[in-house]
Amino acid sequence: MSKTRNQHVLAPLGRRLAEVVEVRETGGYRVFSALDREGPEPEAGQFYMLAAARGWGGEDGRPYLARAFSVAAAEAGPRGVRLDFLVEAIGPGTERLAGLTPGDGLWLMGPLGRGFSPPGELAPSAHGAILVGGGIGIAPLAILRRRLAGAGIPAQTLLGFRDRQHSGGLELFDCSEIRLASEDDADSALVYACGPPAMLEAVREMCLDRGVVAELAMEAPMACGFGACFGCAIPLAEGGYMRLCCDGPVVRADEVSTALVAGSGH
Amino acid sequence: LTPGAVAIGDLRLEHPILNGSGTFDAIAARRAFGDALLERFPFSAFVSKTITPEPRAGNPPPRLYETPAGLINSIGLPNKGLEGFLADDLPQLAELPVPLIVSVMATSHEGFARLVHAVGERREVAAMELNVSCPNVESGLIVGERPEETLSLLEAVRPLTERPLIVKLTPNVADPGSIARAAEAGGATAVSLINTLKAHAIHRRTGARWLGGGGGGLSGAAIRQIALEQVRQVAAAVEIPAIGMGGVESGADALALLDAGAVAVAVGTASFRDPLAGERVRSELVDELARRHPKDAGDGLGRPDSEPAASTST
Repeated sequence: MSKTRNQHVLAPLGRRLAEVVEVRETGGYRVFSALDREGPEPEAGQFYMLAAARGWGGEDGRPYLARAFSVAAAEAGPRGVRLDFLVEAIGPGTERLAGLTPGDGLWLMGPLGRGFSPPGELAPSAHGAILVGGGIGIAPLAILRRRLAGAGIPAQTLLGFRDRQHSGGLELFDCSEIRLASEDDADSALVYACGPPAMLEAVREMCLDRGVVAELAMEAPMACGFGACFGCAIPLAEGGYMRLCCDGPVVRADEVSTALVAGSGH
Repeated sequence: LTPGAVAIGDLRLEHPILNGSGTFDAIAARRAFGDALLERFPFSAFVSKTITPEPRAGNPPPRLYETPAGLINSIGLPNKGLEGFLADDLPQLAELPVPLIVSVMATSHEGFARLVHAVGERREVAAMELNVSCPNVESGLIVGERPEETLSLLEAVRPLTERPLIVKLTPNVADPGSIARAAEAGGATAVSLINTLKAHAIHRRTGARWLGGGGGGLSGAAIRQIALEQVRQVAAAVEIPAIGMGGVESGADALALLDAGAVAVAVGTASFRDPLAGERVRSELVDELARRHPKDAGDGLGRPDSEPAASTST
C-alpha cells in the first residue's frame, strides 16, 4: 500500500511567491520556469499547486483555486531551484498560467504527494525501466528520465502525441533517440506511465495482465493538494477511495481499480 | 496587540481564528509539511472532519466543481468511523498544540449518543461539534432544518457529556435563528455557522449532473455576505456564543463576522489555497483592529480590559 512507500520530500508550510524566469513554446505546449528560492528539490512525480500572483479570479471570478501541476524539470542553482512546468490552455486556470511572462509572480506550494518509486525498490529484479507517456502527461516522465539516467538506470521511452505539432514536447527529454520497447524488454522491465486517462488505463490493464510492475502518475481535480478537501478521490482496487494528492499522484497499477478519472477540466 | 482569547464554555481559545470542519486535515497536512505544522499551527483550535458511527467511503467522483469565487463540493463525509477515529486519528490529533474539537454526525439519536459518549469521555477532546445537516432516519427530516428535531437531539445527547457541545447550523433554512434558539434551549454551549449552501452543477456538453454524489454544497468567497447575514440573525437570537464562518479570506472578513456578533471565526475554503490562510487572517485581524482603535493598547478586540470575551457576548 501507498502508506508504506518511500519517504517523500516535504513541502515548506504554506504557499510562497516565486518568480517566472523563462517562458518558451514547445510543440503545442508552453513551458514556464519559476525560480523557487525557498523550496527543496522535488522527487520525480511530485507536484505543486500553482496560481498566478495577478489575474487569479479573472473576469467571471475564476480561476478561484490553485491548480495542480507535476514538475517537468528541477535544477538546483545558487539562487534557488528552477522548476519547469508544462501547460496547455484548456480552462480558466491553465489559460492564465499559459499567459505568464518572465518577471511575473507565481504562487506555489510544494513539492507535494508521493513521486515515482526508485526501480530498485519497486522491482529489484528489473533490468531497466520503460517510460510510457502521452500528451501533456510527459511532464513527470521528463524529470524521471533525467533522474534515472543520472543513476545509470537504462530507460526506454515511448511517447504519444495527438499530432506532429504537439510532439515538440519531445524536446523536454533532451535525448536524440526514443525507441519503442519490445515485449522482451517488458518481461524484465518495470513501467512508469503518465498521460490521458484512456492511455493510462490501457497501460494499467496491459501491465496487470502480464504481471509487469507499473506505476502510474495520475491526475484528478483537487482544491488543495495536501489532503484537506477530499476532492481527488481515486477508486481503490480493494474498495473505497484514496486521496490522490497525498496517497499519489503516483500509484501502483494494482492499487487502483481504474485509471479513468472523471471530472477534469470545466 | 493581539486579538483576545475566547471562552466557549470550558473551552478557551488563545485567539478567535479556528478552522471549519472538513476544510483542514491536520494529519494529512503533517504528512505534506512535516512538524513545521505543529510549530506554526494556523488555528487556535482544531475542528476535525466529521466522524460517523460507522466508516464511510464518501461519494463517487467527481466531487468538486469550481464556481465564480467559490467551490461546490460533494464529498460525502468519508471517514474511518468511530472506532477507526479513536484508534488511528485521535492519538495523532492529540499531538496538535491546540484544543481538539471533534465533529460528529449520525442519522439517529442512538448513533449521535454513541459518538458523543465515546468521544466525550476521551481526555484528548476539548469539545464536540454536532453536524446536524443530516437526516434523522426515524423521522426522515433533516435535523438542522427543524427546531423540534434539533431540540430533541440536544435533549438526547446533552446529558451524556460535560464537554462543550457546539451545534453546526445549516444555512439552508428560512429562519436560522429559530434553529439556534432550539439548540440553546436544548443546552448547546455554542452554535457555529454557516455550513455550505446547497448547490448544483450541470455538465455543459451532456446536460447531466456534474457531481458524482448528485448535489453539493457551495463555499468560498461567493457565500461571504450570506454568512454575514445569517450570523447576524443568529447572534441576535441567542445568548450562547456563535462561531461565524463562510468565505473568510482576510482580516476584514473576520472582523465583519465579529461585528455581526460572532465571538470567533472559522477559516474554511481559504485554507485550500494556502494552509497558512488562518495565520494570515489572524494577523490581518490584529491590523484591522489596531486601525479601528489606534489608541487602544488593550486587547485586540478593543475592549477596555483583556478578559476573555464573555461567552454570552452577542
